[in-house]
Amino acid sequence: MFSRRKMLLACIAVIASAFLSAQVIAQEKSIVVASTTSTQDSGLFEYLLPIFQQQTGIAVKVIAQGTGQALDTGRRGDADVVFVHAKSAEEKFLAEGQGVKRNPVMYNDFVLIGPKNDPAGIKGRDVAAALKTIKEKQAPFISRGDRSGTHMAELALWNKDAGIDIDQQKGPWYKSIGQGMGAALNMASASNAYVLSDRGTWLSFKNKGDLQILVEGDKRLFNQYGVILVNPEKHPTVKKELGQQFIDWLLSPEGQKAIANYKVNGEQLFYPNADDPNA
Amino acid sequence: MNDFTTAFATALDLIGRLDPQLRDIVLLSIEVSLTASVCAFLIGAPMGTALAVYRFPGRSALIIIVNALLGLPPVVVGLVVYLLLSRSGPLGSFGILFTPSAMVIAQCLLALPIVMALVHRTTASLWATYGDLLLNDGANRFRSIWSLMNIGREGMLTAFLAAFGRAIAEVGAILIVGGNIQGYTRTMTTAIALETSKGDLPLALGLGIVLIVLSMTVSGVSLFLGRGLGDKK
Repeated sequence: MFSRRKMLLACIAVIASAFLSAQVIAQEKSIVVASTTSTQDSGLFEYLLPIFQQQTGIAVKVIAQGTGQALDTGRRGDADVVFVHAKSAEEKFLAEGQGVKRNPVMYNDFVLIGPKNDPAGIKGRDVAAALKTIKEKQAPFISRGDRSGTHMAELALWNKDAGIDIDQQKGPWYKSIGQGMGAALNMASASNAYVLSDRGTWLSFKNKGDLQILVEGDKRLFNQYGVILVNPEKHPTVKKELGQQFIDWLLSPEGQKAIANYKVNGEQLFYPNADDPNA
Repeated sequence: MNDFTTAFATALDLIGRLDPQLRDIVLLSIEVSLTASVCAFLIGAPMGTALAVYRFPGRSALIIIVNALLGLPPVVVGLVVYLLLSRSGPLGSFGILFTPSAMVIAQCLLALPIVMALVHRTTASLWATYGDLLLNDGANRFRSIWSLMNIGREGMLTAFLAAFGRAIAEVGAILIVGGNIQGYTRTMTTAIALETSKGDLPLALGLGIVLIVLSMTVSGVSLFLGRGLGDKK
């Protein structure tokens, strides 16, 4: 029994020391980037960050949230850099003095996904007509409902392009789930519903089931990503040198090339466009 | 059914290959949850026993509150800890949001009521039996706390295991305060949530199987170590 008690104490000692050592290791050069679920779920960061870390020694800790939440994390000073995709929300962030400068990084596009048998018959139509049809037929539609970039884009498509005030006119067919892109796709897959997704997450998503792309290539489905350094004057704890180094690398020819090189099943997911001042 | 076979195969493969990424995730899960449950135990066990030993106004109310907190929602604890540790929060200057330390704090808070309630339940009945004896022996109430915890060792172990079980299984709190950062704050449960959202359900379930095996192992080892403690009784 004595030995057991000793073992117990030994166990506790080992755990305690392991924990302390983990804390020491954590002291390396690192920044926190608040980003979107699409950049994580599509696997882009898993591909990019090791390249960046190898060149600079800076570890990038990514918190994957919706765009709205990621910007809020920046507003609280809990992130050094935000990497999101909703231009109007980003411009508001800058107007509040929360960010230093918005830099366009890359784009891809949104796609309207639905079941293969396409009960509402939207395949190949333009996105506004497709949404109108979905509403007329009351076909099940999954909305992110989480203030993410994709959610904001979806609302703009309903309200502006399809001319439907979705908040007023939605019915039980329109399910706002308040979760990430992957969760929305899982739900659409399980319930044969329509859903708007960014192409990157869709391509790398593994539980496609009977879903497929029904509407794509419409100019209104453009999806621009931007990166912003959180304003160090407002949040003194922001690591501005390291954060700026990350942004500079993303915008450099090297970073842009790395983004273009990321492929899933041979298909390119994101298109670099840091050189486009209007993006 | 196919999903489950794939999941089992994935789990076996992950364990068999000793996948280094998985190893780090497993180690972090154990580290965080064990530290949190040990902390919760060190704080909660004496407090739970004190609740059995001392008589003071508001005691019954406190006991009811502690028991009610057994159902503390992890996501609320996560949110509260997040707001406290955020750079804009009162404890922001420590800069420990999105670190394993923040996860330990959140899980410790979650496990604390469990330890207190279970320890109190054990020691209350022990106090009814041994209380007068201990006091007549010349021990004061403060010293009785230690004696009572010693007598109720087996109950203590149960309380600790329940605390650990709560900590290792929860995802709501650590997802918020840890941020699920790859290689840094990603644990078994947050990894499962992530793989589910990527639509890789077999991998997610495979990780789930590993987690269950893991938590059973920890409980088994604790019971083995703890059996000796019970011998003396």
